[in-house]
Amino acid sequence: MSSSPASLSWAVTDAIAMTRRNLVRYVRVPNLLVFSTIQPVMFVLLFTYVFGGAVRIPSGSYKDFLLPGILVQTVIFGSTQTGVGLADDLSRGMIDRFRSLPMARSAVLAGRTLSDTVRNLFVVLLMIGVGLLIGFRFHAGFISAVGAIVLAVLFGLAFSWISAFIGMAVRDVESAQTAGFIWIFPLVFASAVFVPVATMPGWLQSFARVNPVTNTAEAVRALCQGGPTATHVFHSMAWILGILLVFVPLSVRRYRRV
Amino acid sequence: MSTRPAIVVERLQKAFGTVRALDGIDLTVPQGTVLGLLGPNGAGKTTVVRILTTLLAPDGGHAEVAGFDVVRDAVRLRSAIGLAGQFAAVDEMLTGRENLELVGRLYHLGRAEARERSADVLERFDLVDAADRTVKTYSGGMRRRLDLGASLVGRPVVLFLDEPTTGLDPRSRIGLWEVIEQLVDRGTTLLLTTQYLEEADKLADAIAVIDHGRVIAEGTADELKSQVGGDVLELVVVRREQLKDAVTAIAPLTCGEPQLDEDTGQVRVPVKGGANVLADAVRHLDAAGVAIADLALHRPTLDDVFLALTGRATAAEAGVAS
Repeated sequence: MSSSPASLSWAVTDAIAMTRRNLVRYVRVPNLLVFSTIQPVMFVLLFTYVFGGAVRIPSGSYKDFLLPGILVQTVIFGSTQTGVGLADDLSRGMIDRFRSLPMARSAVLAGRTLSDTVRNLFVVLLMIGVGLLIGFRFHAGFISAVGAIVLAVLFGLAFSWISAFIGMAVRDVESAQTAGFIWIFPLVFASAVFVPVATMPGWLQSFARVNPVTNTAEAVRALCQGGPTATHVFHSMAWILGILLVFVPLSVRRYRRV
Repeated sequence: MSTRPAIVVERLQKAFGTVRALDGIDLTVPQGTVLGLLGPNGAGKTTVVRILTTLLAPDGGHAEVAGFDVVRDAVRLRSAIGLAGQFAAVDEMLTGRENLELVGRLYHLGRAEARERSADVLERFDLVDAADRTVKTYSGGMRRRLDLGASLVGRPVVLFLDEPTTGLDPRSRIGLWEVIEQLVDRGTTLLLTTQYLEEADKLADAIAVIDHGRVIAEGTADELKSQVGGDVLELVVVRREQLKDAVTAIAPLTCGEPQLDEDTGQVRVPVKGGANVLADAVRHLDAAGVAIADLALHRPTLDDVFLALTGRATAAEAGVAS
């Protein structure tokens, strides 16, 4: 638990070594990346062309409404891979090896959540590229656009830490896949990701409004489209910070005893 | 420090729920020696290794490795040890070399040193040709060698191998034994767990037999064998139906329960000492009209020891779930 400058610098070095280890597989087997991007791209196209005509939004085009939402959905779905990857390492005995090494206790988790964040960033940029091709546009300038991307990816990082905790609690890959995903569905669909909250029945609206996914989708949307951003961004950042404050220590504690 | 044992374990306790995995284990391993921890599945071997490598906290007792307490000095202890567990814990997507260099970096070696030691390990473990292939393409034996190699990148003072050859074919097993023997020649202290009595006999200077979380016997392979008391007579009858007659005929010479194998017609039984045992056995069998295909006198194997100590068949056959 020491936090001397030396151990802090090792924590960073070790986390980078682990991040590289996790990212090498995408370079070596590009298919892994291709398949993790096909699904989000398909969501963009399907929702735009299949539901786009049916969903009524207050103002602007559905493409501009949808893409920011889908970015948030994508980073959350992507974050479930953190738990799956850790459960895989656990079941293969990799975690035992890492825990027997003099490396920082935080590095396995930090490396995994960081590499999944890098992958999320890549997928987000690709989706924006596809979005731009089919008519999506940023309306609030370059800085806000960057802000939107950063916020979405940070939100994914927070969810990666929840996923990490789940992965180490359930310990096997299949359970991590299921347990990591089922609770995500209601969060994502009962939110402002695909439709305006105002179109939902009253009881669902009250859930959707406090849902962190709604806060973040609205924040990212505001950063892309223009208009007031402060409240949404503040709420979203508060959620991100809150999740990290709870799940980073919980996950590290779990790792030490796993 | 130089005369201090590499591993000291005193009254070590660990329970999982109501199951007592370790029920007061004591062990001492002098520097530069090999201790074989022998026992069936679920005896507590892996629990000992996990506590000594800081993966698991003990409930009671005291343990130190290379002079470091497993609880208080866990961080420094990890720099002094290497562990190869029951899985080949290597990353399939990385090459052999990348796996070793990663582990080197995580031991906090400099980049150049990690590279140098990895190259050294690859050479020693006969993996130079496969060094830059992803581990996915490796055979089971190659993965085990790489895994063992990874545990050595940090040049550990004390090495832990948990069932290093489980699941390997006989040829790979013998190959791995040779590598382990070379290591030990270099002065590394080794704690090795195994279910294979032959393996402990071959590699270990001293053996501790554990069962139900306790050490039930300790000593060199020879000392353990002498606990069975004398030699073992092994004979094979020509006709299976004479198996019982054979046992009756040699009964005056024996000093323990005979083991019969109905399929092969083999009898194994501890006998009282004496130079004439073989001749006496032939005479008794002849008088009883039992035709024999084979007759031999052995020093007892560790299989015999295990049976004598636990009253159960050998670990591999017993297959008690952990």
